[in-house]
Amino acid sequence: MSRRPPVAAGPPGVSRRIVLSFLASAAGAIGFAVTYGLGGQTQWEGVCLAVAFAGLAIGLAVWGRRLVPVGGYVEEHEGFTPPPDEQAMTAAVLTAPDSPIRRRGLLATLGLALTALGVAALFPLRSLLPWDRTRPIRALKETPWGPGVRLLTSSGQPLRPEDVPAGTMVGVFPEGGTGAGDAPAFAVRLQPERFTRPPSGGHLDGVVVYSLLCTHAGCPVGLYLKGTGQVLCPCHQSSFNLFANATPVAGPAARPLPGLPIEVGPDGFLRATGDFTAPPGAGFWSRP
Amino acid sequence: MILDRLARAVDDRLRLSPLTRKALAKIFPDHWSFMLGEIALYSFVVLILTGVYLTFFFDPSAADRIYHGSYAPMDGATTSAAYASTVRLSWDIRAGLLIRQTHHWAAVVFVAAILVHLVRIFFTGAFRKPRELNWLVGVTMLILALANGFTGYSMPDDLLSGLGLRIIVSVVESIPLIGSWLAFLGLGGEFPSDELIPRMFVTHVLLVPAVLVALISAHLAMIVRQKHSQFHGPGRTEHNVVGSRLYPSYTLRSLALFAWVLAVLFALGGLVQINPVWLYGPFAPAQATTPAQPDWYVAWGDGALRLFPPWEIHIAGHLVPAPFFPGVVLGGVTFLALYAWPFLERWCTGDRLAHHLLDRPRDHPVRMGVGVMALTFFGVLVVAAGDDIIARLLRVPVYGVLNVLRVLVFVLPALAGILAFLLARALRRGDAARLGELTRADLRVGRQATGGSDARREGARAPDEPEMPAPDRPGEQIELWPDGEVWRWRYHDEPAGLAILSNRAVLTEQEAADAARLAYPGVDHVTVPGPPPPPPPGRVRTTLRRWGNAALGVSLLAAALRQRRERRRGGGGDGPQRR
Repeated sequence: MSRRPPVAAGPPGVSRRIVLSFLASAAGAIGFAVTYGLGGQTQWEGVCLAVAFAGLAIGLAVWGRRLVPVGGYVEEHEGFTPPPDEQAMTAAVLTAPDSPIRRRGLLATLGLALTALGVAALFPLRSLLPWDRTRPIRALKETPWGPGVRLLTSSGQPLRPEDVPAGTMVGVFPEGGTGAGDAPAFAVRLQPERFTRPPSGGHLDGVVVYSLLCTHAGCPVGLYLKGTGQVLCPCHQSSFNLFANATPVAGPAARPLPGLPIEVGPDGFLRATGDFTAPPGAGFWSRP
Repeated sequence: MILDRLARAVDDRLRLSPLTRKALAKIFPDHWSFMLGEIALYSFVVLILTGVYLTFFFDPSAADRIYHGSYAPMDGATTSAAYASTVRLSWDIRAGLLIRQTHHWAAVVFVAAILVHLVRIFFTGAFRKPRELNWLVGVTMLILALANGFTGYSMPDDLLSGLGLRIIVSVVESIPLIGSWLAFLGLGGEFPSDELIPRMFVTHVLLVPAVLVALISAHLAMIVRQKHSQFHGPGRTEHNVVGSRLYPSYTLRSLALFAWVLAVLFALGGLVQINPVWLYGPFAPAQATTPAQPDWYVAWGDGALRLFPPWEIHIAGHLVPAPFFPGVVLGGVTFLALYAWPFLERWCTGDRLAHHLLDRPRDHPVRMGVGVMALTFFGVLVVAAGDDIIARLLRVPVYGVLNVLRVLVFVLPALAGILAFLLARALRRGDAARLGELTRADLRVGRQATGGSDARREGARAPDEPEMPAPDRPGEQIELWPDGEVWRWRYHDEPAGLAILSNRAVLTEQEAADAARLAYPGVDHVTVPGPPPPPPPGRVRTTLRRWGNAALGVSLLAAALRQRRERRRGGGGDGPQRR
């Protein structure tokens, strides 16, 4: 023990600064514990922890910069080109007469076996889409809408044509499939004389129903600008002109919103006469 | 005493002391830009620590759950378990919100630090031989960090992230041939599926972090094996690293940086709200938030989706929808270009040498121009992700902003890239040390002398040979001396007043001489009897600064005391009026 050199004396005052920083850190930690114990308060907890760690940081940084040598050291760098004889010796070991890598025929069959295993291992990945689920393309093309499916509002009530007010859009969902991601649609009442193109799903005294999902990336086109008869997608600002069969007028969307053909059922409520006129939402390879 | 014996016992069994001594003497260059990667590393540690805590309370399930708790607007509401448990974590778990927000901030800082680190590596040419492999590992980690950030903020099943998920699913579905299968395999069905949240959870907390840990280990192992690169400077060659030692200096300083990262992240997590999912509401397929912006690191993709025109391609009755180009192609090209850059540059310049000395950004004007162009391009895309907010702030139509951005996204990067190229070339050819000292003459000189970029590097050297050191200069020498039972050496440049000490002691004079010869080939050696005197410290300046600090403190204290005394004595000030 006695052989150890004495602790080096740093510049005066530095040790005191470090001690103060560490004490502040401890105070921050205690502050955090007390705040937590008293019921917790996010801001104070954050500040206390920040003080605790900042105290540590300042103390350690001053220590590392003022009490120990900084800079002025050099380490040699042996480079990465291996000595040629080393390289040759390693190569000799790897290509020795009994070396496995020289048995070309065996290696080829081993490669075949491993490839077969690797390909076989891919098969269970298909189960990620369970076999009892609908195949992608059919699922994307079909929605719960169909002949006779009644239109429900977001509160689950069936909708009469006269319930569709002028000047606002009503979100509608298929009866029996309200949770489906591709089914949301909206009904809106327009003046038929302002139509510049007939709605693809037809209209009942100006009441039209379109898919709510933007044909660009599938966001709900939630914003209705009633004066212009346009709906706007909040995600990428595609807008669609409802007077012209919901064709895109600006933004990145390229296809019109699919329409939903409707009629009034014998009970007086609106119901669909079929599925959307096109697959709703974003495009995909097999979309007609 | 006990520690001593423990260390001895371990050493007797594993023989660690030679290894430890060498490891502790590892040299880190003293430049702030070498710390950027460390910030990313420490953010990752914070992510793991806070993330594990969050898993104790988060329920990754799409099943219905009724929320009961102190967030009154939602009390009694039925939402997914994921959303309800996130709200409960934020409002009803003590310290839950702090940890959740710190986790999110750590993710933001993690990606930012990786990006800035990458930019530094790019502009200084630190990816060149022999470090290409580590560049590939780094780019892979950037991709994984982006992916994990995205799954992380999608898991709470709130309305905003639900929109983001829907967009990503649409982008995946846009891939020709396999898009809809890819999306359905990932989701286990049509969006929104019940499997999505549990699958994202496993990916987020297990799969990607495990790969990240492995890659970080490889990244660091390669740094230790290959040693740090360094900037040009006196006494620095391609055969050495000059700086401070791992122990004691960088142990303390790195821990200090770790503590700084923790301090900043907890301050942000406590004080600055991030991702308040209870305000967005739970995900519902028919609802949307306005405005809708993603986290900053995926904003470039969102901006590209906004800017890309409504162009779709029909191939033999099949559709390639518009999001394919800005979503899949742009992302693919971006990361392919990042992966390919070291090899592309090597192929273009024909530079096959190993480099341990870094470029200054100006040393390679083409790289500078390409880098600035890419950064500007992605910067405009990030801005474009906020086009609706810009339109609202400027009170102009959003499509006006969109059209301006569609032009700027090409014009600005081109202009910025060309300007950066010209400035870098002028700086390299001319005498100006900084941008502010550039003259018109420098720019003109740059225009005349093109292409000679590698003049100082090129010589009659075979490929794969390391760069030759600077020729032996007068006044330069290696000094070796015995220090008790060991030997030390130093590089001494008398005229420059420079002395650089060897990073560790060795047992024999021969070893010391060998190490010195490796670090400074061709420099003369002399053996001196004892340790040479250290260069004098700037004592005057330290004393002055200390006295200055003391005087400042005392005067502030005196001023405060006097003010307080005056106020008390006069009973004046603004006290009585307030009463």
